[in-house]
Amino acid sequence: MRPYFDRMYGNPSSFHAEGLAAQRAVLDARTRVASILNSRPDEVIFTSGGTESDNIAITGVIRAHRERGTHVITTAIEHHAVLEQLERLAKRGEVELTILPVDAYGMVDRKSVEKAITEQTVLISIMHANNEIGTIQPIADIGRAILAYRKAHDTVYPLFHTDACQTAGALDIDVTKLHVDLLSLSAQKFYGPKGVGVLYARRGLKIEPLVVGGGQERGLRAGTENVPGIIGLATALELAHAEREKENTRLIALRDRLITGLLKLPKARLNGHPTERLPNNANVSFLDVEGEAMILYLDAKGIRVSTGSACASTSLDPSHVILATGLSYEAAHGSIRFTLGHATTKEDVMYVIKQMPVILKLLRSISPVRLDMAHFSETPAKKKSSQI
Amino acid sequence: MDTQTSPDITSRDRAQSWFYSDEVKDHFFHPRNFMTDDMVAAYRDASMGMVGSPACGDMMKVWIVVDPNTTQITDLKWQTFGCASAIASTSMMSAIVTENGGMTLDRARQLRPQDIMERLGGLPNRKIHCSVLGDKALRAAINDFYRRTNQHEKIEIEHGRIIDPVLKVTDKDIEEAVLDGAITLEAVQAKTKVGTGDPSCIPEVEQLIRFYREKFFGADQA
Repeated sequence: MRPYFDRMYGNPSSFHAEGLAAQRAVLDARTRVASILNSRPDEVIFTSGGTESDNIAITGVIRAHRERGTHVITTAIEHHAVLEQLERLAKRGEVELTILPVDAYGMVDRKSVEKAITEQTVLISIMHANNEIGTIQPIADIGRAILAYRKAHDTVYPLFHTDACQTAGALDIDVTKLHVDLLSLSAQKFYGPKGVGVLYARRGLKIEPLVVGGGQERGLRAGTENVPGIIGLATALELAHAEREKENTRLIALRDRLITGLLKLPKARLNGHPTERLPNNANVSFLDVEGEAMILYLDAKGIRVSTGSACASTSLDPSHVILATGLSYEAAHGSIRFTLGHATTKEDVMYVIKQMPVILKLLRSISPVRLDMAHFSETPAKKKSSQI
Repeated sequence: MDTQTSPDITSRDRAQSWFYSDEVKDHFFHPRNFMTDDMVAAYRDASMGMVGSPACGDMMKVWIVVDPNTTQITDLKWQTFGCASAIASTSMMSAIVTENGGMTLDRARQLRPQDIMERLGGLPNRKIHCSVLGDKALRAAINDFYRRTNQHEKIEIEHGRIIDPVLKVTDKDIEEAVLDGAITLEAVQAKTKVGTGDPSCIPEVEQLIRFYREKFFGADQA
C-alpha cells in the first residue's frame, strides 16, 4: 500500500506508464478481493467504506428497479447506514418498508422473511452479523429461501443484500454460498485502512449510481480510485481471511472467558446469541448503572469499550438494537460492548474481569436504582414487523 | 412508526465539544457526599426528594438535613443513576449547597443548573439536560421538609405556564426542548408541535427559545 502514496502516484485512468501501473495494481486488488468473495473481479466495486456500499446497494438499487416495485424488507437491528436511508426513502414515498422483528437473541427468523415477500418486493437487506450484539444471521438460509421464491414465481426479484462489514475477514463471505446479489464490506473492520470499502454487485444487476462523473468502477461509483486504500484493503482482507480460523478459535476462547467472568457479576445479562456470535464481540447489560458512566470509569483503567446507553449517543434513546431484542430501556442504558482483537490477550481479559466488579460496586453504591433480575425479561421482544 | 435510531458510532465533528472539564472529571471520579446503603437508616428523618427514572437514563435522590432555626441545609446526601454529567453535577450541587455552613432553604430554591455548571467549568452542550435534575430533586426535598414540618403554605409546586392553548404546551416543555438541543423554532416544533394548532403563540415561543437558549448555552450561540 505504502508506495502508492508517493512513488507509484499514477492515476489508474491515465494512459501513461504510471497510470497503467496504478490500474494494474487496482485490478490485482480487485481480483484478490473477488477470489475471497468467490465472485468475478468486475463484480467488485471499490467505495469509500461500508456506509457508501450500503447506500449504493440500497438507494442505487431501489431507484434502478422502481418500475418493478417499491417494497423493501429489512430488520430492526440493521446498521444506520441501512436503516437511516430506508427510513428516509420511506418518508419520501420512494419505498414501502417492512421492518422485521428479531428474537430475544437478536436473530431474524427466515420464515418471517418468506412471509413478508410480496410481488412488489424488490430488495431485502439483512446484515450478516450485528455490530452491537454480535448475533450472526442465517444469511445462507434466507438466501436459499429467496432463491426458492424466485424460482417458484419465475422472477429475479427480490434482490438480496447483506451488510457484511462485521464479518468480512472473520467469517466465510463466499457470495455463492450466502446466495446474495449484493454485499457490503469495510476495510477498517479487518485492520485495513479507513475510508475504503467494497460493494459486491452481481454482474448485470441494474444500479443507479449515486456519484456520477468519470465512469470509474463500472460507472457505479465515479471518482478517481483511492489506490493505496484499495491495495491496503485487498491485502488486509487476504491476511485476515487466511488467519481467520486460527484467530477465531483464539478469540472465541477469550470472548467466552470474558462473558463467563462478567456474567458472574450480580445483575448482569448477555446481549445477543450465546453461540451464533461474532468471535470478537461480548455485549453485557448491568442493571442499576448507566453505560456512559461505566465506559468512562473503564477508560480511566485503560479499558476501551462502547455502550448502548442514550447518554453516549447524540440521540436521547438507547440502542435500537438492544431495544429490538426486547430488553427494557433500563437494561439498555446499562449495556456495554467489549470488542476483542488481534492485540487482545488472556491477561487483558483477566484484567477486565478484575476491574469490572470494582467499578460496578462504586457506581451501584452511588445509584438510587435497585432493579431485580426480572427486569431483564419484563418486556418481550417485539414480535410484529412494522410497516412504514 | 418513526423508528428511533441511536448510532453506536456517531460523528463527533459537530463543533460541539464532548470533553469534560477537569472539575467534572474530579467530581465524577471522586463524588462527594453520596449516600451509601449503610447510611440510609441514619437519614430516616431527613427530607428527601426524587426525580427521573431509570428508563429515561437519569434518576436522582437527594436527602437534606435542615437546621430549623436558621433554615440552613447543614447536610446533603444524594444518589444518582446517570452519566458522568449527571453524577458530577449532583456531586457539585451537594458541595455548593453545604459549603459555608449551608445555604438557607430560600437561597437553595434559587439554585439553577447554570450555577452548578459554572462551578463545573461548563458541560458539553448536549449534556446539559443531564445536569438539570439535581436542582429539581433538591427543590423536591425542600418541599418534603416543609411537608414534614407542617409548613404547607411554603410548599412550591412547579407549574408550567401554558403557551399554546390548543396543544397545552407549557413554557417548561419549551425549556426541556431547548435543553435537549432544539434551538430553533422548527426543532422545538418537531419535539412539541407547539404553534401548529394555533400559530398566534409563535412570537412568544420564539422569545422563549431565545431566552432559554441564552440561559443554557450562552448569548453567542446561533
